Amino acid sequence: MAVIEISDLYYRYPVSTDWVLKGINFRAKRGEYIILTGPSGCGKSTFARVLNGLIPNFYGGKLRGIAKVMNLDISRTPTYILAKHVGMVFQNPENQLFFSTVEREIAFGLENLGYSSEEISDRVEETLERFNLVHLRNKAPYELSGGQQQRVAIASVMAMDPEILVMDEPTANLDPLSALEILKLVKENIVSRGKLAIVIEHRLELALRFATRIVVMVDGRIIADGQPFETLQSVENIVGVPKIVKLYYRLLNKGVYLKNPPRSPEEMATYICSELGARDD
Amino acid sequence: MIEVVDVYYEYADGTRALNGVSLRIGKGEIVAIMGENGAGKTTLVKHFNGLLKPTKGTVKINGIDTREKSVAELSKIVGIVFQNPDHQLFADTVEEEIKFSLKNFNFSEDVISSRIKWALKIMELEKYSRKSPYTLSVGERKRLAIASVLAYDPEIIVLDEPTAGQDWIQKEKISEIINLLKHMGKTIVIVTHDIEFVLERVNRIILMANGKIIADGKKREILSNIRILERARLIPPQIPHLSYLLYEKGVIDRRDILFLDELLRELEARL
Repeated sequence: MAVIEISDLYYRYPVSTDWVLKGINFRAKRGEYIILTGPSGCGKSTFARVLNGLIPNFYGGKLRGIAKVMNLDISRTPTYILAKHVGMVFQNPENQLFFSTVEREIAFGLENLGYSSEEISDRVEETLERFNLVHLRNKAPYELSGGQQQRVAIASVMAMDPEILVMDEPTANLDPLSALEILKLVKENIVSRGKLAIVIEHRLELALRFATRIVVMVDGRIIADGQPFETLQSVENIVGVPKIVKLYYRLLNKGVYLKNPPRSPEEMATYICSELGARDD
Repeated sequence: MIEVVDVYYEYADGTRALNGVSLRIGKGEIVAIMGENGAGKTTLVKHFNGLLKPTKGTVKINGIDTREKSVAELSKIVGIVFQNPDHQLFADTVEEEIKFSLKNFNFSEDVISSRIKWALKIMELEKYSRKSPYTLSVGERKRLAIASVLAYDPEIIVLDEPTAGQDWIQKEKISEIINLLKHMGKTIVIVTHDIEFVLERVNRIILMANGKIIADGKKREILSNIRILERARLIPPQIPHLSYLLYEKGVIDRRDILFLDELLRELEARL
């Protein structure tokens, strides 16, 4: 069953003269790891804000069409209810972390949802463990590295156990290995547990390792949506297509079929070797 | 020309950020400085315009010891565009932002107005000239920060993480700008994590870790050395990484492949 259903959605901000979203159709279900990408200004951040109801509930403006999350119409559902279903993480964790310790940060959302203090402390413990933050529990967020801060931001959102996690360029300020760790954490700790993750991301060579689906927006519209390899191939010169995707299709043109589209150089090396082995037989 | 000789730098809190760094960057070179966060990259480039002075060792720019000149004087030779444009922008309009340093450097009104026009044009910011920098997108603010440095025509330009958070189209634009600067004979130093970008655009790579230079050489030599990239906590570019793995498995004979077409030629011989 789809947990997000958007049909023919148009939106404009109170100040914008033209529609920022121009007829979006989109469905997503549990267990998907969706990478949302496209040029700056294409409307992807706006789209993300629809998914947790910040648009239109907080930003105002004009919304047309249907947007349902967990079967709730986002225009008619207060944001505090949507917040239970959709966790949101932004590019700059500093803007999202307010408290003096990691532990307090994680407890805050739970307190807001009105859990008993016993349940809060159980959930905080569980979350600290699950996100490998036990050793950092008494640290202030500003004492942490960018990657650790982003992990805390994700943990504090996921402590509330939403079905959907939406992240807006969570790795833009991280070094490559920290970025890879965050994207992997989402896969292993969130998507593998049957949740839906939608991540806005430009670093497609890293995202390709984990994505189950890629959605590309241009000028307020979704122009491509589907299996990562085919989707990326179809939007060359709009987004930066990872080199192994290009190589895969160049080999295909020469009649070399690898058994699967490779998600990383390691996988591609293995597939090329097994293709060579098969030919030697 | 940049000459750094055995430089150590310690912040006031005792953190040692540079641990004996030496390098020379000649006129017209394009160099990338890479390494993980905290490796000392930004601390190093802040020495190039005298924002930081070495605790020990010397930094010379065109033969001038940075201890003997003010930041203002050195900035005329070395323009630095920092990672976060918001730390650099403060004027009410885009045009005034660019005008600020031009006035500081005492250019004539004629030169100021033509330089502003030129910088706005190459950074494609003309239509925003009267707008507040804060109404621009992050990518546009970054281009404005570059424009304000380009406008006063420094000989050496340092770009700190120019592609961070930029989409593919903007990265292509930044590439074009770097090309343009290269043709103008500028010396360009790029501090970056973006290894695919470096692969396409840069000739020489300096790798840093723990306040030291752990490798300095031609890009083919550095980017095909997967072990040294790992030591600098970098993820290798895809094609060199794949080529290295295929070389290890005995599929191809060359281990220093950087580009897709090179690898394809090697593979064609085998497939």
